[in-house]
Amino acid sequence: MSIRSVAAPDLSTRRAPGLGGFNLTVLGLEVRRLLRNRRTLIFTMVSPVVFFLAFGLNSAYANDKIGHGNVSAFVMISLALYGAVLATTAGGAMVSIERAAGWSRQLRLTPLSPPAYIAIKMLTALVLGLGSVTAVYVVGGIVGKPSMPVYLWVVTALCVWIGSLLFAAFGLFMGYLLATENVMQILSFALVLFAFGGGLFIPLSQFPHVIGVIAEFTPLYGLSQLVHAPLTGDTVQLSWVANLLAWLAIFAGGAVWRFRKDTARV
Amino acid sequence: MTTSNATAGQRSRLDRRSGQPPAIDLKSVHKSFGTVHAVKGVDLGIAAGEIVAFLGPNGAGKTSTIDMILGLSRPTRGEVSVFGMQPRHAIARGLVAAVMQTGGLLKDFTVGETARYVASLFSHSRPVGEVLHRAGISGIADRKVGKCSGGEQQRLRFAMALLSDPELLVLDEPTTGMDVEGRRGFWGAIRQDAELGRTVLFATHYLEEADAYADRIVLIREGEIVADGTSSEIKALAAGRTVRASLPGADEAALRRLPGADSVELRGDTVLIHSRDSDAVARYLLTNTAAKDLEINTRGLEDAFIALTSDDANSNGNNVGASR
Repeated sequence: MSIRSVAAPDLSTRRAPGLGGFNLTVLGLEVRRLLRNRRTLIFTMVSPVVFFLAFGLNSAYANDKIGHGNVSAFVMISLALYGAVLATTAGGAMVSIERAAGWSRQLRLTPLSPPAYIAIKMLTALVLGLGSVTAVYVVGGIVGKPSMPVYLWVVTALCVWIGSLLFAAFGLFMGYLLATENVMQILSFALVLFAFGGGLFIPLSQFPHVIGVIAEFTPLYGLSQLVHAPLTGDTVQLSWVANLLAWLAIFAGGAVWRFRKDTARV
Repeated sequence: MTTSNATAGQRSRLDRRSGQPPAIDLKSVHKSFGTVHAVKGVDLGIAAGEIVAFLGPNGAGKTSTIDMILGLSRPTRGEVSVFGMQPRHAIARGLVAAVMQTGGLLKDFTVGETARYVASLFSHSRPVGEVLHRAGISGIADRKVGKCSGGEQQRLRFAMALLSDPELLVLDEPTTGMDVEGRRGFWGAIRQDAELGRTVLFATHYLEEADAYADRIVLIREGEIVADGTSSEIKALAAGRTVRASLPGADEAALRRLPGADSVELRGDTVLIHSRDSDAVARYLLTNTAAKDLEINTRGLEDAFIALTSDDANSNGNNVGASR
């Protein structure tokens, strides 16, 4: 056997990175990759804007007063939430594609810790969600129909954006549950149903009573009521908060459960 | 047995010299998947700087063992350490990198982005440009991974493994699906890289790769190490060697008493002795007899591989290379 003369590896100089490998280069590359996907962009930024232009400007009701503003502002908030939820779900569900491609396994050969990976996915989802909210609000501002005090533009936009984190958890849960490249095609169908349940497209009062009762248990109901409350001036109801927290527990708990199973396996 | 002892001896010398823990240390490692016992008590030490081939038929337990070395799975029983630490810790410090057979790449990143992504995760990494150059893909840094050929993707995996400047490089059947040219280029790069002192462990079922590129071959069969030594030691182990010499008036009975002589054949003035200890036979012939024109022939590694890994390997007397 030939033994080459080998300099002893100096193991003491090698350190694990801080924050489990989390860093801004990765975040930037993830966002860039997400923005490169034209289908995702159309889906999360163009479609909510188009819906807003279709439903939010109708002169039959757009200028009707509602709380501190008008119906057009209400519809703008609804469709910003719809877009943000699509965006964060898509961001979270990226793990499905990454698992199918073996990328998650490759990352396990790097210092990136699983919690840091999840944090990167959540933040990437939030960046995309911010894009959706901004797109709808900017178009709303340009067309000039939505009316509410300036501070409410900021408050409702922030509520929608932060609230959409619930659906980043949903996307992650589904991404770990369904290992398929086409996960978003399944999830977008579910999101449309959730959006109806949350009254984002048609006010729940226009549905038959039974459907209205069922809708109160769907995942977008509590969040939708809460993000509209600053505009409508409605008192926050316990059932809205309970709905939000229950679905957060289900989605985040499900994501952690599947994630643990996944890291134990690969 | 002799081969193992020689290896172990060299290893401990190396360890004493470097004062470092072995690159890889497996102690009676078992791995079961349900009722399937994939790895059955593997003991294996690999010193820093060795280039070791992990050779065995499909399903022998190569990938299961490699997964445990990389911290991708935990042994059911036994201990795995890499540079004296748990595999996960060695990975986090960038001491270990691996090139897998397939997968592990995202189609919508470019080659350069993939490398930058991975490089950013380590506290200590080589410049991306340098690594792409060494892997021979600096010209395609802006190409989408999905548009790269299989060989280019494999070079990207190699580049990713080099980013952390690892002390140990693990390759799981790295040239599967490459053409001859690609395979030669890939091994050229690995070999050049190993000159710098990196420890390399590669799994393969290409015998010629193990023969050409490894200092040491570890043969695994049904989850157990069946032989461990240099390429020529392994060949001799299963097949023995044939010593041929010109010796008029040979004393056949005396030759049969030589250590390890399996068969002795006289053809006129030529003797053919098949032995597992060809050195002893040659020494005897040259010092105690008038033998001349002595030749020692080894059978191919392929014969050894088949002999050691075939189903009846346990029943024939050649299976002396069992793990320590």
